[in-house]
Amino acid sequence: MAGFFRSLFQPRHSSASIAKERLKIVLAHERAGRNAPDFLPMLQKELLAVVGRYVEMSDDMIRVTLANSGDISSLEINIEIEGAKLKTPSGPALNAAV
Amino acid sequence: MAAETDLKKDAPIGPAKAGGEAGLAKVIVITSGKGGVGKTTTSAAFAAGLALRGHKTVVIDFDVGLRNLDLVMGCERRVVFDFINVINGDANLNQALIKDKRHDNLFIFPTSQTRDKNALKREGVERVMEELKQQFEYIICDSPAGIEHGAITALYFADSAIIVTNPEVSSVRDSDRIIGILASRSRRAERNEPPVDVHLLLTRYDPARVAKGEMLAVEDVKEILSIPLLGVIPESESVLRASNTGTPVVFDENSPAGRAYVDAVARFLGEQREMRFVQPERRSFFKAIFGRA
Repeated sequence: MAGFFRSLFQPRHSSASIAKERLKIVLAHERAGRNAPDFLPMLQKELLAVVGRYVEMSDDMIRVTLANSGDISSLEINIEIEGAKLKTPSGPALNAAV
Repeated sequence: MAAETDLKKDAPIGPAKAGGEAGLAKVIVITSGKGGVGKTTTSAAFAAGLALRGHKTVVIDFDVGLRNLDLVMGCERRVVFDFINVINGDANLNQALIKDKRHDNLFIFPTSQTRDKNALKREGVERVMEELKQQFEYIICDSPAGIEHGAITALYFADSAIIVTNPEVSSVRDSDRIIGILASRSRRAERNEPPVDVHLLLTRYDPARVAKGEMLAVEDVKEILSIPLLGVIPESESVLRASNTGTPVVFDENSPAGRAYVDAVARFLGEQREMRFVQPERRSFFKAIFGRA
């Protein structure tokens, strides 16, 4: 009830409500990072090894992140190979255009 | 009003017996992550509040190098030996403990002014804690700010934690961080024991500013941190007055903050008490005309 009256008499975008929204977003993000499983670095290393068999790769060309938004968790794997040299078993290396 | 009568009624005649024999000694860390939110004020008030309720209590300063609990408790001129001296075996516990002059159940354990932040060795602290548990029912650990060695050591042995939070974004964020650390790095977490029970204590609360939408409301902070609320301490001039004179604010029976702390201690001991000082104060006609009484 008190909350109802508060919302009635308070400007909709009071600085307190902005603070609350900002906190909710930043904490959701930080809590997700805090509980990140420790297999991520290992996964990243193995992916690098596998992809590296076909394309010349360096460590900074792969990024693995786990994101939580609401009920959905998503594993995001970002591999950048633009300009990377393809490794082909036969013939000369080709430039990968992606 | 009820609080003051309770205070007198519950004040013990003699010193209470230690919880050690029954194994009931409880370690409470007062922590926050952020500095300047009221950890030392809360440590002093909470320790004094527990003593007033008849429990033999010691309050320990974990802020090595920045000793301040002694000043807030008003015993700065009585410090001879400190926490580090006891850890290093240069003094025994009873030489370092300072008995409060206002209450028989209350003891202060000051820290050292050494600049060596790593002087708090975990094994040493553990030994001292075990010894304190033989003598006291409640051991209050006043944590330093931050998430470095001192803060981690202060929370490591905790059974309960009081998270001191201001209704302000950086304080709430840091509290969330410290709650996470309690869940992962305390001794209870390491040993897979039941987790440290955490309580929210909202300090420097200004109901008038909350009503105007200028300050996070107690419900908002509770919702964001999702831990049980132990108490709300209103912003109060009496807090500065208390530290000026080196008196824990619970000894000031006219102080709203002091009474809010007395309530919080009662809730900690399992009593049901209504939250006071969360609504804007109604200014009386008299006050409106003559200003602050």
